[in-house]
Amino acid sequence: MTLSILHRGTGIVMAVGLLLLTAWLACVAAGPADYDRFAAMMSTLFGRLLLIGWSFAFFYHLANGIRHLVWDSGRGFEKRQANASAWFVLIAALAVTAAFWAVLL
Amino acid sequence: MAEFRLPPNSRIRKGRHIDAANGASNVRRFAVYRYDPDSGENPRVDTYSIDVDGCGPMVLDALIKIKNEVDPTLTFRRSCREGICGSCAMNIDGGNTLACTRSIDSIKGDVRIYPLPHMPVVKDLVPDLTNFYAQYASIKPWLQTRTPPPPDRERLQSNDDQELINEPAACILCACCSTSCPSYWWNSDRYLGPAALLAAYRWLVDSRDEATGERLDELEDPFRLYRCHTIMNCTQTCPKDLNPAQAIAETKKMLAERRY
Repeated sequence: MTLSILHRGTGIVMAVGLLLLTAWLACVAAGPADYDRFAAMMSTLFGRLLLIGWSFAFFYHLANGIRHLVWDSGRGFEKRQANASAWFVLIAALAVTAAFWAVLL
Repeated sequence: MAEFRLPPNSRIRKGRHIDAANGASNVRRFAVYRYDPDSGENPRVDTYSIDVDGCGPMVLDALIKIKNEVDPTLTFRRSCREGICGSCAMNIDGGNTLACTRSIDSIKGDVRIYPLPHMPVVKDLVPDLTNFYAQYASIKPWLQTRTPPPPDRERLQSNDDQELINEPAACILCACCSTSCPSYWWNSDRYLGPAALLAAYRWLVDSRDEATGERLDELEDPFRLYRCHTIMNCTQTCPKDLNPAQAIAETKKMLAERRY
């Protein structure tokens, strides 16, 4: 149940994150001065946390989405399997987010 | 629509504490939801301290002891006391299960006992299951045929065909699964819930049933079947270790496959 509600939550976070992406594109279009301002805003601690959260939402939603695809094929419904895939999705999402930011920073 | 707070007349107040242990050494506390529609008062949680040495091992044994020896007004359903009738389904230690098969020893701290979640409460631990049973009836849980039966014997099944219905037919309709499902909480007026869908699946895969198409037609609906979002609470909580989530996934597959 926790992962199910987290799937919804991350979906909403990603939708809100699209506003961020739109703002970024708008700043790109508006010229170098605006772009620099946006880049500076996103390099603050708060901006970074926002981006890390957004990327985690993306990777979690992706991994859990694949889990749902496997379920749609009728597999992985045993309690043991479902619990194992839950932990796998959670750890994979955290690991991929960490690796993503390790490469970026 | 989701509601995150109980309506004011359903909010739970603190109740009485009754010490019935008489200084025994092996004492457990039971926190039990109490609601009396005739009193006009809000529900409350009463706690009972019980000597569990003088009591059977299961939560139901403790409830019966409380009713017999401490508080005869405590109301709950029970019948078979061996996990086959489904009467004593309730929310124990935060999960839906049968009071008769859940041991007191398996619970740490206070034993918290509530009625099945998100159902109208008739009294104390007795939920109103009218809608739940009506949904079960709506899937037509009986054999439907067009061809005449063989004149000299029953409609026979192979062992393999029987295997398919063994598990879904073992459901005792205790309602633990449906009342653990958030989709059922929000949409029980239109979503059938895992128990009724498991029963529907049991007839879909029955080799003798000849109404498979009509049964699938009935289920092909954004709410009746497709409110299932594979949250998995049903399978996690089933006291009979059945797998409604898998049955629902198989039903969705049957619907997808007959389309192409």
